[in-house]
Amino acid sequence: MRIDARGKQCPLPVIEAKEALNAAALSEIVEVTVDNEIAAQNLRKLAEQKKLGYVCEKLGEGNYVVKITASGENNPAAESGEFVPNCAVGQGKVAAITSDTMGYGDDKLGRLLMKGFIFALSKQEEPLGTILLYNGGARLSCEGSESLEDLKSLEERGVRILTCGTCLNFYGLSERLCVGTVTNMYEIADILTKAALVVRP
Amino acid sequence: MGEAVVFCKGGGCTAKLGPGALSSVLKKLPKFKDPNLLIGFESSDDAAVYKLSSELAIVQTLDFFPPMVDDPYIFGQIAAANALSDIYAMGADFKTALNIVCFPESMDLNILGQILLGGSEKVREAGGVLVGGHSIADGDVKYGLSVTGTIHPDKVFANNACRPGDALILTKPLGVGIICTAARLKAASDEALAQAVRSMTTLNKYASEIARKYRTHACTDVTGFGFIVHLCEMLGDKFSARIDKSAVPFIPESAGYADEFYITAAGQRNRNFAEGKVDLGDCSFAMQEILFDPQTSGGLLISMEPNDAPKALEELKALGLPCTVVGEVTKRLEKAIYIK
Repeated sequence: MRIDARGKQCPLPVIEAKEALNAAALSEIVEVTVDNEIAAQNLRKLAEQKKLGYVCEKLGEGNYVVKITASGENNPAAESGEFVPNCAVGQGKVAAITSDTMGYGDDKLGRLLMKGFIFALSKQEEPLGTILLYNGGARLSCEGSESLEDLKSLEERGVRILTCGTCLNFYGLSERLCVGTVTNMYEIADILTKAALVVRP
Repeated sequence: MGEAVVFCKGGGCTAKLGPGALSSVLKKLPKFKDPNLLIGFESSDDAAVYKLSSELAIVQTLDFFPPMVDDPYIFGQIAAANALSDIYAMGADFKTALNIVCFPESMDLNILGQILLGGSEKVREAGGVLVGGHSIADGDVKYGLSVTGTIHPDKVFANNACRPGDALILTKPLGVGIICTAARLKAASDEALAQAVRSMTTLNKYASEIARKYRTHACTDVTGFGFIVHLCEMLGDKFSARIDKSAVPFIPESAGYADEFYITAAGQRNRNFAEGKVDLGDCSFAMQEILFDPQTSGGLLISMEPNDAPKALEELKALGLPCTVVGEVTKRLEKAIYIK
């Protein structure tokens, strides 16, 4: 969920973020844009008090993007409801992408193939439900990846793009995630075990 | 009610510039040298004191801000009580006041009338005279007073002359900034807002007159910079203080509202300014927010000879607001303030 709180005085950005977090599902990211550092600091206090993940990025003067990861605890309905459509063919399909290369052999070729694979996914008439990105796959949703545009177009069509938080930390990419949201191993395990079909390129 | 909503956008002392921002600008101004200027702005004191003779000094201050409550009459009372407070923090007697007004041309003039009425009633209660003023057509409402008082030059309460062992007395409850913020978003109870209004409209005149009867070493009023920053200013770099958090008076509902994040930018600016100077101990989040909360027309913070404190406190409590000894001044330790 995105909130543009620029031009709003504290506590409005914090109160709006609090309400969005209360309504959000597990691991959903509430993204709040604010125009001053103090507001970002007040949002950090909100995240710290609620023990939620907090990332702040300064995009420019008067433009701070704060991402807080929801616990989903106030919204069990959203959490359980999320998996209901998994039986449906499209929604139940999960792509588990574990590397930024496709297949074994030459890595240069592998990267080219992976780029092509994600491009092809984005052109499918009926897109899949979820793309999980972990280990080397985490690089694909971050700054510098050549698949960002394709992943963004998939996200716009309703595909959940989830990147493993542990992996982002490991590769030092936590601040560079450009598309989708951060996930954790509980959610990854849950999605993989409940999926109607897992595709692993 | 339509106009009242526009009227109050969140003001009072929460609208103050941050302490860091202000001091960086003031430091660059060339200083005025005049032997008769007893207190200027170098010591971040509440008001300026200028000696006219060995017996008489004038005390000058001005304060104005945007509305923090929806009712213009109450806003006028609060703004006046707040502006007069600096005179009382110096231990001076209030004499004359001038209105300062910013008001949108398109707004109902009856609202301005209510603001000025509220202000003039507080001036009258304080025993001074309203002698004029100045008004500007502006996008937003702002109101306050420029105030002049008198004092004997030897009897000025400096804000930073505390001594180790002094008892620290706070004469009004904290949390009014948080409550006004919650009220603006319709999240405060009528009872909480009523307590905040009662505190903000109470003149510090009465507390100041009591403080003068005892061995008061230093005094300031707690306003936009919040309890912690005002206490830091009082301690300077010569002293430290231990604060008993369980003794600090605050309006009870403010803790719950802080936990719901009805917190201001000004409160965070105060935190940024003072965080390194304070050991917050195991202070809860809500209590931290209360200690950093910008106060509008807050109470006096009095540093007093410890033996005098119990009797003074008895008299202060009779004024009717929650008032306690919140801690003591110590010799300088590593941090300025230790919250226990």
